[in-house]
Amino acid sequence: MKPQDTSISADTIEAAIPFWRDAGKRAIGVQIIALFLVSGVSYYLFSNTQANLARQSIATGFGFLGKEASFEIGESLIRYSAADSYARALWVGVLNTLQVAFIGIILTTILGSFIGIARLSSNWLLSKVAAGFIEVMQNIPILLQLFFWYAIFYESFPAPRQALNPIEGVFFCNRGFIFAIPEAHSAHTAMGWMFLAVLVGGWFLNRWGYQRQELTGKAFPAARITIAAALFLPILIWALYGAPTAMNMPELRGFNFQGGLTFSPEFSALLLGLVLYTSAFVAEIVRAGIQSISQGQIEAAKAIALRPGQVLHLVIFPQALRVIIPPLTSQMLNLTKNSSLAVAIGYADFVAVANTTINQTGQAIEGVAMIMVVYLFFSLSTSIFMNWYNKHMALVER
Amino acid sequence: MKLTKILVLVLGLCLTLGTFAYAGKDLDTVRAKGYIQAGVNGSVFGFGMPDAKGNWAGLDVDTARAIAVAIFGDASKVKFTPLSAQQRFTALQSGEIDVLTRNATQTLSRETQLGLNFVSVNYYDGQGFLISKKLGVKSAKELDGATICVLPGTTTEQNAADYFRTNNMSWKPVVIESTAELAKTFFAGRCDVLTSDASQLAATRAIAADPKGYIILPEIISKEPLAPAVRHGDDQFRDIVDFTVLAMINAEELGITSKNVDKMLKSKSPVIQRFLGVSPGNGKSLGLDEKWAYNIIKQIGNYGEVFERNVGVNTSLGLERGLNALWTNGGLMYSPPFK
Amino acid sequence: MTEATTAKRAQLQPPSSNVGVVGWLKTNLFSTWYNSLLTFILLGMLALTLPPVFQWAFIDSLWNSSAEACRNIEGACWSVVPHNFRFIILGFFPEGQEWRPILAMVLLLGLVIYSKERSRWKKSLAWLWLINLIVMGTLMSGGVLGMPVVETSQWSGLPLTLILSFFGMVVAYPMGIFLALGRRSKMPAIKTLCVVYIEMIRGVPLISLLFMSSIMFPLFLPEGVTIDKVLRALVAIILFTAAYIAEVVRGGLQAMPRGQYEAADSLGLNYYQTMRLIILPQALKIVIPPSVGILLSVFKDTSLVVIIALFDVLKTTMVTLSNPDWAGYSKEAYIFLALLYFVFCYAMSSYSRRLEKELHTGH
Repeated sequence: MKPQDTSISADTIEAAIPFWRDAGKRAIGVQIIALFLVSGVSYYLFSNTQANLARQSIATGFGFLGKEASFEIGESLIRYSAADSYARALWVGVLNTLQVAFIGIILTTILGSFIGIARLSSNWLLSKVAAGFIEVMQNIPILLQLFFWYAIFYESFPAPRQALNPIEGVFFCNRGFIFAIPEAHSAHTAMGWMFLAVLVGGWFLNRWGYQRQELTGKAFPAARITIAAALFLPILIWALYGAPTAMNMPELRGFNFQGGLTFSPEFSALLLGLVLYTSAFVAEIVRAGIQSISQGQIEAAKAIALRPGQVLHLVIFPQALRVIIPPLTSQMLNLTKNSSLAVAIGYADFVAVANTTINQTGQAIEGVAMIMVVYLFFSLSTSIFMNWYNKHMALVER
Repeated sequence: MKLTKILVLVLGLCLTLGTFAYAGKDLDTVRAKGYIQAGVNGSVFGFGMPDAKGNWAGLDVDTARAIAVAIFGDASKVKFTPLSAQQRFTALQSGEIDVLTRNATQTLSRETQLGLNFVSVNYYDGQGFLISKKLGVKSAKELDGATICVLPGTTTEQNAADYFRTNNMSWKPVVIESTAELAKTFFAGRCDVLTSDASQLAATRAIAADPKGYIILPEIISKEPLAPAVRHGDDQFRDIVDFTVLAMINAEELGITSKNVDKMLKSKSPVIQRFLGVSPGNGKSLGLDEKWAYNIIKQIGNYGEVFERNVGVNTSLGLERGLNALWTNGGLMYSPPFK
Repeated sequence: MTEATTAKRAQLQPPSSNVGVVGWLKTNLFSTWYNSLLTFILLGMLALTLPPVFQWAFIDSLWNSSAEACRNIEGACWSVVPHNFRFIILGFFPEGQEWRPILAMVLLLGLVIYSKERSRWKKSLAWLWLINLIVMGTLMSGGVLGMPVVETSQWSGLPLTLILSFFGMVVAYPMGIFLALGRRSKMPAIKTLCVVYIEMIRGVPLISLLFMSSIMFPLFLPEGVTIDKVLRALVAIILFTAAYIAEVVRGGLQAMPRGQYEAADSLGLNYYQTMRLIILPQALKIVIPPSVGILLSVFKDTSLVVIIALFDVLKTTMVTLSNPDWAGYSKEAYIFLALLYFVFCYAMSSYSRRLEKELHTGH
């Protein structure tokens, strides 16, 4: 007997689903409509902008970058004068932002970790003081804190001619905090190179020490050797160069102090405000990270006779860091973005310089686009780093 | 469903995007609104600042009121928008205000690149330096190495940079966007010198705690002709604003004040008759009531009265007429004939 | 048993240095030599800093005097606050109409306190919020019921701060939900659009968006159309907040077990029904604590509108300080403002923490 032909013929299937109920086709339809809407709105805005720009005879394009800036910038890391181009002025702004961000991140990590650990201390007083600091700093807007510190720095300190002089070569006045620094000397470059060499050598030493420990079980105090070398070898170099002690002393000439290293009230207020504000958040992150490690880990580490320093270094830190690093990175990014508030207290960061450029050239779109591009660059590079780090450190699960 | 939500969202966003005040020509818009929207400074005493009760007063404020009188016959038909240096031109360009009476300097680039028309100058000014007497500085040439408070993005900043470069001196800027904040920072001692238009320096000094402790250095380093501005495109509106300013100057030339303008209506001089609208013609050609000039002088006053009332020697600014005197008195105020 | 044995069996009290105040001090402050040293250092630092601060703030200070009287004292001049209180809190709102912003603020705060109880989280609450916001907007702008119209340029001080934060949050929330759903969508175009938007907005500082909206919006619109300044700032805040809410909601959606989606599919619910009836109610409940955190950030970030010259409560304080009579008392004014912000923000953050604990144990 021939088997029953039970196959369903093609036409009975394909007649079934109408167009608007077919999920696949509907998805395509929705996407087409969405793209249409977005491009329609963009086109509308774009054509309006073009019409308005033409009507108001505002220039477009980035040609203004080559023109003379004709404004001074209060502080810059590179040589700059009003005769330089807008491009150079903006570059000065970028360097100022990076300077604040870099120093701010280092200080915040240190201060935040310290406060986070203090919050977990068994000392009731320390723990409460740390908790109070965290609560107060987190709940007051950063801009208000910046204004507060800026007002303190220029209202409560005396004029340069009556500057506070706690020790020789150090002056505090309402123009900033001025310190005497060593006079530039070739010994310093040599010291810098030696320091870098010690760090690199120390890293290799550490690796070699681990390998030796794997093979023979004997621990090698690579960290202590590196720290000692980093302290003593540069000093040795300094002595070899004849121990130069010449200092670049600041002196009051005319209106302001010349020479030495000056931290302006704007820079100091910005740095202090950002560091205090962000370290409160970092403290909470560090606390959460340390608390995420179960007590059993610490007990087990002690049970195999690890010293407290080793417990910290080998057991607590690696696990805590896995929890801490991602939110820590986003706080660092927040600090960089918050540094844009410098425009409100007169520090010449990138947003402030771009703002002046916009005012002078009238080219608002290019200016704001540049601001967004620069900060997007910071954010995206940090995100890429964080993604790499997460993959690198992720727990390999079953 | 999702599509509807998207559509509703977009529609909602469009609806929130503003008051669709479709404007035709500027004068028609103003007439339709029933009042004129004037952009003023908001923080410069004597030019455009609200007093303790919130009533606006100042030279630029009176100019704006005069424009309202010219168009509507009523000085109260004007609303004031305080604007910062950053916002002033974009506000005019975008239509947020109708006229900018905000001590703005007329320059070539502003006329050509920003799409604005400056009318006749209502105050000839120049940039100067304000410094505390305690520093013992008598001339701007001694300012090498000084810290100077300046508003960012203004001609003031550029002029200062040019001046110091020309004279081979160095300086450190302290830039803060708000005029009031800048003055506060200067008086707290953060910077040695405050630089701005000399009239603004006088205004800032006038409301300081210790006005006598500060001097304006003798060097005036730039020309700052301050004039009201309107947008490109409506010539009739521009003429009205222009001749409002000139009417006040012309009245002072003719000796007409707010006190004697009623008597002057009976004057036999054909010049005065044409000016005050007794002989018709001027009003019609401008599209205004024939008594427009009479109303301005009666309700606001002539240029000299406005000057003396707001910034003159008897006010806390204590400014002399100087360049702002009539041309017959050695100044630059000169009106074309009103015929 | 004899009395003596019973007496011997009486409970031995713990050593006196382990209980009461002394015991507490010992365990918490002086448990090891290291801790004791730390305690002494801290007490020393506090003893050095607190008395002068106390002296400055409370003993030598003036609380409600004139500006001239303040110049002669060494301590804090708190009078800057009561003297200018109306301006700091209400800004340029016309005289005689103060009841309107005050009523608006009272209604808003009342509703916030009412909404704290989880038992009241029903659909009717959402309607109540919507009605309340509309009433607030009407009270502030006027024009009906005989209230004179007040332009948005005169909305300033604390009402402006509250309006910017709450209106911003309420409008941004649905937008954030759409963005989160779009980001998790399988349709590549929608997903790309949402990802690009979210990453771009999260990567730039709020100040750049405020600049963009205040300087560039007029250019985006056809000639003659104007937007008022408050609306521009509000749009920037909404666009900014929506991206952060999208990320938070996405976290909540990711936390939903796949079983929920599968069960919804097996019941024959389509995408919209699934989201509306099953997924979103649960996901949104999970993300309420971080959402309150975002509301907290928005509230603090409204202070940035100072930079585009809108008169929120920080700017009104700054304007008060530029009055030459009161210049030089910045510390006092800023400390008052900091206390004001602290009260609001601390309430919100402790509520968020409490909620997180409750929701966590509820699961």
